Amino acid sequence: MSRLATVRAAVTAVALVAGIVLVYFLPHADRIGYIKGSQLGVYFIAILGLNIVTGYTGQISLGHGAFMAIGGYTTAILVSEHGVRDLWTIPIAALVAGLAGFVVGVPALRLSGLYLALATFGLALAMPAILSWDKLDAVTKSGQEIQLFNSPHLLGKGFEDVHFLGRTLSFNHAVYYLTWGIALLLLAVAWLILRGAPGRAFRAVRDSELAATSSGVRVATYKTLAFAISAAYAGIAGSLFVIALAFADPQSFPATLSLTLIVGAAVAGLGSLWGVLAGAAFVQFLPDFAVHISKAQGVPDTVYGAALILIVLLLPTGVAGGLRRALSPLTTRLYTRSQSQ
Amino acid sequence: MTQFLQQVVAGLASGSIYALLALGIVIIYRSTGIVNFAQGEMATFTTFVAWTLVDHGVGYWGAFALTLVIAFAGGIALERTIVRRVEGGPVITAVILTIGLFILLGGLSNWIWKAEVRSFPPDRPFPTSAWDVGGVAISKQDAGILAVTVVLVLALWALFQLTKLGLALRASALNPTASRLVGIRVGWMLALGWGLAAALGAVAGLFTAAANPPLDPNMMRPVLIYALAAAVLGGLESPVGAIVGGLAIGVVLNLIVTYDTHVHLDLDRMRIPMAFLAILIVLLVRPAGIFGRTAVRRV
Repeated sequence: MSRLATVRAAVTAVALVAGIVLVYFLPHADRIGYIKGSQLGVYFIAILGLNIVTGYTGQISLGHGAFMAIGGYTTAILVSEHGVRDLWTIPIAALVAGLAGFVVGVPALRLSGLYLALATFGLALAMPAILSWDKLDAVTKSGQEIQLFNSPHLLGKGFEDVHFLGRTLSFNHAVYYLTWGIALLLLAVAWLILRGAPGRAFRAVRDSELAATSSGVRVATYKTLAFAISAAYAGIAGSLFVIALAFADPQSFPATLSLTLIVGAAVAGLGSLWGVLAGAAFVQFLPDFAVHISKAQGVPDTVYGAALILIVLLLPTGVAGGLRRALSPLTTRLYTRSQSQ
Repeated sequence: MTQFLQQVVAGLASGSIYALLALGIVIIYRSTGIVNFAQGEMATFTTFVAWTLVDHGVGYWGAFALTLVIAFAGGIALERTIVRRVEGGPVITAVILTIGLFILLGGLSNWIWKAEVRSFPPDRPFPTSAWDVGGVAISKQDAGILAVTVVLVLALWALFQLTKLGLALRASALNPTASRLVGIRVGWMLALGWGLAAALGAVAGLFTAAANPPLDPNMMRPVLIYALAAAVLGGLESPVGAIVGGLAIGVVLNLIVTYDTHVHLDLDRMRIPMAFLAILIVLLVRPAGIFGRTAVRRV
């Protein structure tokens, strides 16, 4: 193992341990708690997924909230109608949302850049109406709330404790650890995908489709793949979101959710995995801070919008890009030293 | 037949609102190559400005004119300060920027004017009565909206085709470098495009408010989707296409929803998904739209 590889492996291991410790202590931080901690995890997973398709593959998706809705509704229907245990609906939600992403990914092959943005924006705005459609009553209860456990949803109360490995956890604690366990697993999966051959192909497609094709990268395959993987991530996020809420309705997945995810991904820095936590924290906790400015309804959106514009204008690579630039002398030194060996 | 014509007329009126917004989108796209996702929220914002003016005692039509001026200036300021920095850059940056404007302006409308029920316009801007033309009732409001749209479109056509300024505007959109060489201030021409688009949007917003009271901070979101569908249908680059597309979307949606009373598909609630479907089909079948040129790119 070269010295660079050793250093990298060590950094990754330290980061992973730090991540697990952070997740363990996060709910005890000021004002966070288990419920908000779970929601943070949901945003983390969704933004991670969005980043794979938009940041790494360069395909704009303004409709990832719709894939969250598909995942969430899959879980809600399976649990309430068919009595499937909530935990086992998560992979099914990933599969269904991933399939939906594949279906959207196929037209995406023909639609580049702007047109893809238009189509996915339409999807984001159409989804709440589709969920409330009378003709889908058999599937989605045409917009009425679907209760998961046939009990009124009192947040933090009324749910049975969860027994796991001989320990007893309250429902909210269990959901929190479940969400972050899956989030860390998905981070590792994303890292593995992106550092290997698919990741290289994704970046090649992003940087120049023409050059990628000339080098033998099957552009169509990788675009669709990126869309499917990314939608599956969003589906898992939606599924966990519904499990935490214990109900699903169209208002939980508004059209603006897709735009909020874009804000998170921009803060994270498109094309960076390390910034995703910053992006998720920004969209999750900003409304709490916005209350201090004014209690009016539009304040969080005003700050989201202003932040998005400022990032585009001042810090095009997001928080992670800014950090990378600040640390670049250090990393350059490491890299140069290993080259000389 | 009477019912059919009746619904066509109603569809034309709402379609002309979509056409105005779509025309703004096309003007911006032609000059700067950016699809302005914030077009609808800009319209909402300026409509609330008009409400504030009326609230301070300005008459409705006076406020209407003043709002157009404010929107025009606002559009120019927006282009000069913010949008110009992403012109000519990657598509993704421009898309995210206008999405940022969408969120920001939507938030500001909700913040400044808080979500409370407002009746606006205070009195109906057009008489509520209707003309009877061979059994078809044409409401004076629909006729008024259509008439204003026609006048605006003609005025714009005259500006673009008959004046030197219009020539400069068209030249900057077509070939910025050559225009700069012959002494056109291209940057200001692009800003003028944004100003015109914002003013058109303001008219669309004011008419949307007049057609569907009370005033609602989210009123332009569905209209934006219809306008995007109209612009895509017409071919993004074509002003004529945007107008035809807007009217077509208005009439077709209205007819579908009307005749749905026979088949009960609950399509009234599916207007936005139908517009989305229209966008998707046009983009897949003929991305250049009906009136657009198929772009041939050298690689």
